[in-house]
Amino acid sequence: MARLIEYRDALREGLDEELAHDDNVVLIGEEVAQYNGAYKVTEGLWKKWGDKRVVDAPISEAGFIGMGIGASMLGIRPVMELMFFSFAYVAFDQMMNNAATCRYMSGGLINVPIVVRGPANGGTNVGATHSHTPENIFANMPGLKVVSPSNAYDAKGLIKASIRDNDPVYFMESTVLYGQKWEVPENDELPDGELLVPLGKADVKKEGTDISLIGHGRAVITSLEAAKILEQEHGINAEVVDLRSIRPLDEDTILDSVRKTHRAIYIEENKPFCGVGAQIASMIQERIFDYLDAPVLRITSVDSPAIYSPPVEKEQLPTVSDIVEKALSIC
Amino acid sequence: METTTKEEEANAVFAEDPINKSLSNEDKIDLLRQMVRVRRFEQVALTEYQNDKMGGFLHLYIGQESVACGTISILGDHDHVITAYRDHGHALCVGMTMNECMAELFGKRTGCSKGKGGSMHYFAPDKNYWGGHGIVAGQTPLGAGLAYGVKYLGQKGSCLCYLGDGAVNQGAFHEALNLAQLWDLPVIYVIENNGYSMGTSQERSSAHPEAGLAHRALGYNMAWDQINGVDLYEVRAKTKKALDRAHNESKPTLLEIFTYRHKGHSIADANADKYRTKEEIQRYMHEHDPITNFKDTLSDEGLIDDAGYKALVKEATKEANDAVKFADESPYPDVSELTDDVYWEVDNNTEAGRTGRHFFH
Repeated sequence: MARLIEYRDALREGLDEELAHDDNVVLIGEEVAQYNGAYKVTEGLWKKWGDKRVVDAPISEAGFIGMGIGASMLGIRPVMELMFFSFAYVAFDQMMNNAATCRYMSGGLINVPIVVRGPANGGTNVGATHSHTPENIFANMPGLKVVSPSNAYDAKGLIKASIRDNDPVYFMESTVLYGQKWEVPENDELPDGELLVPLGKADVKKEGTDISLIGHGRAVITSLEAAKILEQEHGINAEVVDLRSIRPLDEDTILDSVRKTHRAIYIEENKPFCGVGAQIASMIQERIFDYLDAPVLRITSVDSPAIYSPPVEKEQLPTVSDIVEKALSIC
Repeated sequence: METTTKEEEANAVFAEDPINKSLSNEDKIDLLRQMVRVRRFEQVALTEYQNDKMGGFLHLYIGQESVACGTISILGDHDHVITAYRDHGHALCVGMTMNECMAELFGKRTGCSKGKGGSMHYFAPDKNYWGGHGIVAGQTPLGAGLAYGVKYLGQKGSCLCYLGDGAVNQGAFHEALNLAQLWDLPVIYVIENNGYSMGTSQERSSAHPEAGLAHRALGYNMAWDQINGVDLYEVRAKTKKALDRAHNESKPTLLEIFTYRHKGHSIADANADKYRTKEEIQRYMHEHDPITNFKDTLSDEGLIDDAGYKALVKEATKEANDAVKFADESPYPDVSELTDDVYWEVDNNTEAGRTGRHFFH
């Protein structure tokens, strides 16, 4: 059996391996070096790699992300940490205009091989400003890629693939998942000697026949728990599909699943309006309408800014019982 | 702004600076030719804009030519250039052709950005030219990044990052200044101070206007200087000091170059002669024009006469007119090319580019 490691350790291994793999990879962010990372994702990397490769930035997101974009044009591959992905909003012009459009506006003469990574999740009682989940916002912009791993295995494989990708990748993690453990193989247990998970490939986390629970990020973990209850208490065999990357999007895996189950719910911790689930629901009805035995449903965060009050915030995000209840309504 | 007499004195002082002393007679004529080319390109582009050959904005550089021409003329192999949307002058000065620049204005596939960028978004990475950026001050962190890249790669180089006087009040600029000084980045920020952020004068937009804008560097303990942009020799001499600081000490500089745009903020600026007096515009056009000033300097040095200057203008006019013909005859991009140049991995048909759906129309 493979070893169990935390989501944050898996990310750190991925970062460490990519620092070794390419001299032009540099980690930049607030508290990533000497402080060892606000969430300890980069713990030990500054000590191992030194000042040139792991860089503490001032609280200056527009400045250092824009700087990373400029440096990437010369072949540097900056991996920039946002302590919270919510802070992307103070760097929005850099992330939306410069990273996404420089290639296009130069007629393809430039590319911007950056990664911006950090936690994008609610559920930790830090209030509305620190709980944003902007995956739909960035995935709306052609030129950007958006990744949201639900577990340690994917987190390691996807961060490595994202760093090697030659386009800008926004990599959204979860502080709730950082301390949870999953099986992640050692490199010498792998046929290629390393763990790479490609962008644009969804993963069936649990096979089933009766309904497809589709999601990204932590909502996949919630869906897996709901699938267990549906099976044990209601005799419903749910399939759980994890997008892993939102753009590029693996439509085939989603469509194959729904063709089999004839029912689908999209689950995400984001807000509902123009969320990822809206895109997926539209795609399913457009492409395989005749396979559906029920409307495609969505489960999202309650449509208000993230509340602070700890017990109430739990209810604001999709819960296991929300998923069970909604599944039962169409099964 | 200096008086004409003082400008003449300044010309003489900066003409003696080593960076200018080292110029051959031919080099000096080339510098004048370059400024004339920039001006004629834009004057012809303006005519074509009025002929409905292009859409969107056209921000003209007329009156400011000495800034791009002077600063870029001293750069070496590892020196990079990035600017804002008033970018035609810098493009021609780094060596981009009038053909590709005019075709870009016309939205043609033969344009420098295949018709995908337009007037504000010229690029030529092979000439160390990284745009052409539309958002005020949005390019200033990128300029720090290009300098960061140069330093990271261990090269002796720099980045010249240009901005307008209206950009100094944007937060991104101040973040970039702090990073540049904090991390000893070899970046030279060049404020092209033409006195107006669109229709708002410096007095109405920037606190402490009497100090000038380069003083903002004091807050970051950064080296700074102010330059009379009318005098090409002064632009070169003072920029060289900043370039030496970048090359030899890996330190940034903030330069403020006083200049003036003869035209409006863009061609769409209906109030171009309302927020400024006609007398002011005429004074700068006739008494402080950098091209006339340098032509007179070279005339005093015995290097050019009226006939010689006319020949330069004629040559540049022909080049610009030929560029119009080239642009006119070039094809537009095909609608099928809309989704090219969005993702590197897709364009290069890599495994990553073939995995998953990238476009959703």
